[in-house]
Amino acid sequence: MEHAPAWLTNSLIYLGAAVIAVPLSRALGLGAIIGYLAAGIAIGPWGLGLVSNVEDILHFAEFGVVLMLFLVGLELEPRRLWSLRRPIFGWGSAQVLGCAVLLCAAGMAAGLTWRVSLVAALGLALSSTAIALQVMGERNLLPTSSGQAGFSILLFQDVAAIPILALLPLLGGIAGANEASAASRWLEAAKIIGVIGGIVLGGRLLLRPLLRWIAKSKTPEIFTAASLLLVVAIAALMRLVGLSMALGAFLAGVLLAESEYRRELETDLEPFKGLLLGLFFIAVGMSIDFAVLLRSPGLMALVVVGFLALKALVIYALARRMGLPVQERPVFTLLLAQGGEFAFVVFQAAAGARVLTPGTSSLLIGAVAVSMLLTPLLLVAIDKLVMPRFANCNIPQLEEISEPQHAPVIIAGFGRYGQIVGRMLAAQGLAATVLDHDADMIEAARAFGYKVFYGDATRLDLLRTAGAETAKVLVVAVDDTEQSLSIVDLVHEHFPQLELVARARDVTHWNELRDRGVFRVERELFDSSLRSARSVLEVLGFAPHEARSQAMRFRRHNLQLFEQMYPHHKDRAKVIAVIKQGRRQLEEQMAQERAERAERDKRRREGTQHPGWDA
Amino acid sequence: MDELATEGLSSSILVLAAHPNWRESRVNRRLLAAAQDLPHVEVQDLYGSYPDYDIDVAAEQSRTRAASVIVLLHPVQWYSMPALLKLWLDEVLTYGWAYGPGGTALRGKDLWLVATTGGPESSYHPQSYNRYFFDAFLPPYEQTAALCGMRFLPPLLLHGAHRASEAAVADHVAVFAQRLRSYPQWPELDELGQCPECEVPVTDRPLTRGSP
Repeated sequence: MEHAPAWLTNSLIYLGAAVIAVPLSRALGLGAIIGYLAAGIAIGPWGLGLVSNVEDILHFAEFGVVLMLFLVGLELEPRRLWSLRRPIFGWGSAQVLGCAVLLCAAGMAAGLTWRVSLVAALGLALSSTAIALQVMGERNLLPTSSGQAGFSILLFQDVAAIPILALLPLLGGIAGANEASAASRWLEAAKIIGVIGGIVLGGRLLLRPLLRWIAKSKTPEIFTAASLLLVVAIAALMRLVGLSMALGAFLAGVLLAESEYRRELETDLEPFKGLLLGLFFIAVGMSIDFAVLLRSPGLMALVVVGFLALKALVIYALARRMGLPVQERPVFTLLLAQGGEFAFVVFQAAAGARVLTPGTSSLLIGAVAVSMLLTPLLLVAIDKLVMPRFANCNIPQLEEISEPQHAPVIIAGFGRYGQIVGRMLAAQGLAATVLDHDADMIEAARAFGYKVFYGDATRLDLLRTAGAETAKVLVVAVDDTEQSLSIVDLVHEHFPQLELVARARDVTHWNELRDRGVFRVERELFDSSLRSARSVLEVLGFAPHEARSQAMRFRRHNLQLFEQMYPHHKDRAKVIAVIKQGRRQLEEQMAQERAERAERDKRRREGTQHPGWDA
Repeated sequence: MDELATEGLSSSILVLAAHPNWRESRVNRRLLAAAQDLPHVEVQDLYGSYPDYDIDVAAEQSRTRAASVIVLLHPVQWYSMPALLKLWLDEVLTYGWAYGPGGTALRGKDLWLVATTGGPESSYHPQSYNRYFFDAFLPPYEQTAALCGMRFLPPLLLHGAHRASEAAVADHVAVFAQRLRSYPQWPELDELGQCPECEVPVTDRPLTRGSP
C-alpha cells in the first residue's frame, strides 16, 4: 500500500466503501444516507481505521453542500425566492429562536453557565441542510407545503449561522479583540456588502455573456469546468469575507435560475454534487467520536434525546401553526429536529474561542453526529410505524410504472386538463396510458376507476415503459412548464415519430413550445374564457348564436395575432406593439360593424329597404 | 277558452324557428313572439338552443314525436332554409326513425312552412331576377314531408319582407297566430289528399347507417 499514491488509495477506500454500503443499505430499505454514514463509520478511526484525516475530508466534502445549495438556487427564480421572504424570515427565525431559547433554558436548568448553554443551544438549534434537502428530494417533498416551509427555515439557518459565529468571540470574552477591531469591523462589513453586491451584479450582468462565450467554444468539458469554477470561485469569495460558502453559492444559483444555461449547469454539476455529498456523509460518519460516546453513553443519550425532543416540540408546534398537513408533520419535524453540519463548525469555533471546553465541544459534536445518524433510522421508523396510521389521508408509496404499455396514446399529467382529455378518449373506446407523479392525484383518479400509472414523465426510461416507442400521440398535460418542455425535448430526441399535443400554461410557454416545433398547442384557459365571454354577451341580450359568432371571430383573430407575434416573441417591445396594433384593428373593425348595424336598424325603422336575406 | 285548451291537448304544435340573428329580423321575430304567446304551441328557437350546432338528437326526436304539426318558421336564404334548420333535418330525421323500415315516427303528422322572402313576389317570375315562380323552390320541403309520411300543408309566405308596410306585417302576423289557434280546423285541409306512400326499398340502403 505504501507505494501507491495517497489519492489513489483514498479514492479506492471511499469509492469502495460507498459502492458496497449504499446499495446494501438501500436493499435493506434504509436509504442512501445511512449507507454513507455506515461506510464512514466502517472506514473511520473507530472502524477499520483506514482513514485518519477526518477533518480535512470533512472540509473538502463540505463543498458537496455548497454545490447542493447552488443547484437548489438554480431551481428557484428570484421572483419565487422573493415570494418566500415571509416563510424564510418569519418561520425561520421562529424556529431558530424558539429552539434556542428552550434549549438554553434547559441547559441552565441542568446547571450549566449561561454562556455554555447559549452556545450549545444556538448550535443545536440548527439542522442539517444536507440530510434534510436530500431526504426531501428523494421523497419528492420539495414542492409540497412542508417542503417549502422546511427549505425556507433551512435557508434562514444558513444566514443565521453567520451572526452566531460572529457572536462566539464576544462570548469567549477575548480581551482587546473588540476594541482593536472597531475600525476593521467597518471594513469587514464593507467587504461583505461588496462581495454580495459583486455576486448579485456579476451574476446579473457578467455571468450570462461569459457562459454564452464559453458555450460557444463547443467543448463540453470546458463548460463543466466553468460551472465548477463558478461555484468554487464564489465559495472562495464568501470564505474570504467570512460568510457562508453555501449561501453565496445559493445566491449565484438563484441569479442563474432564469438563464438559458440552467439545464446545462444542472446536468453538469449534479454528479459532482451527488458524489461530494456522499463523501460529506461518509465524513460525518467518520467524525463520530466513539470514545466520548463510550466514556459517558448515558450523558450522550440524554443530550441527544433531550435536544431532539425539545426541538421536535417547538417544530411540531410551528408545523401546526403553519397549517401543514397532518401526515407531513412527522417527517418535517424530524428533518428539522436533527442537528446539522453547521453545529460542527459552531462548536469547533466555540472551543477555539474558549467558550466551551474541548470535552464539552466533542460531546456536543458527537451528539449532533449521532442525531444525524439517527435521523435516517428514525425516518424508517416513522414510515413503518407512524405513517400507516395516516393511511386514509396518507400519500401512499406507489409502485412506479414497470410493465411495458402499448396504448396508442400516452397522457402525461392527469390533473384537470389531462383528465378531460383522457375521459373524452375513453368515451371513444380509445386506450390511453396515463402517467402522473402526484400520488394524491393518482389515488383520487384510481378511486374513480381510472388506470393511472405512477411515474415522472420527464424520465426517459419511464416514457419508454409507457410505450413511447410504439404510441402515436403523447399528450403533454402536466402543470409545470419546465417539466412540459423537458418532456417535449426528451420526445424529440428519443421518439421522433411521436406526435405531441400540448397544453400551454401561458403565452411564454406557448412560444417555448412553438420554438420546439410543437404546433398542436392549446392555451389552457383560452377557450373556457371565451365561453364565459359568450355567456356575458348572452346575459346582456345578445342572441346565443350571435354571441358565438363574435367569440369565434375573436378567437380566430387572437390566433392570427399569436402567429404574427411569434417571430418577435423574444423582443418584448415588438410583441407589445404587435398586440396593440392587432387589438386596435379588431376594435376598429368591430366598431365599424356596430355603426353599420345601427345604420341598418335606423333605415329599417324608417322603412327604407336594405338588401340581404334576413327578414 | 275551454275549447282551445282541449284543442291544444289533441293537437300540439311544434314551431321550429330558425333565424341566425333575431336582432336583424323584422318579420320573423314578430312571428316568433306570436307563437310564443300561445299556450299549446311549443317553440324551439334553433339558433338560440344550438349556437354551436351540437343538436341534441334524442331530445329533438321526442319533442317532434309529441307534436301533431311541425311548423318550419324561417327566412328563405339562398332559395332554401337556414343552415342550422337543414342540419336539424339531417340529424334528427334519421333512417329507421323518420323514414325507411320502421321509420314511422312522423307518419300522419303535418308539416307547415311559414317563410319570408326578401325579394317581392313579382321577382319570383321567369321574367324577373329570381327567374322561377316561388313554387319551384318548394319540392325539397314537400318531398321531405312525403318521405316521412307527413302532409305538406299550404305554406304561409310573406314576400318582400323588407319593404312590407307595417300594416301588411301586422296582418301577416295576425293570420299566422289565427292559423295556429284554429289548427287543425282549417277549411282547405278537407281538400288536401292523404300523403302519398313512399316506401324506401331496402336495396337502396345496403349499409343501413348514415344520412340520405
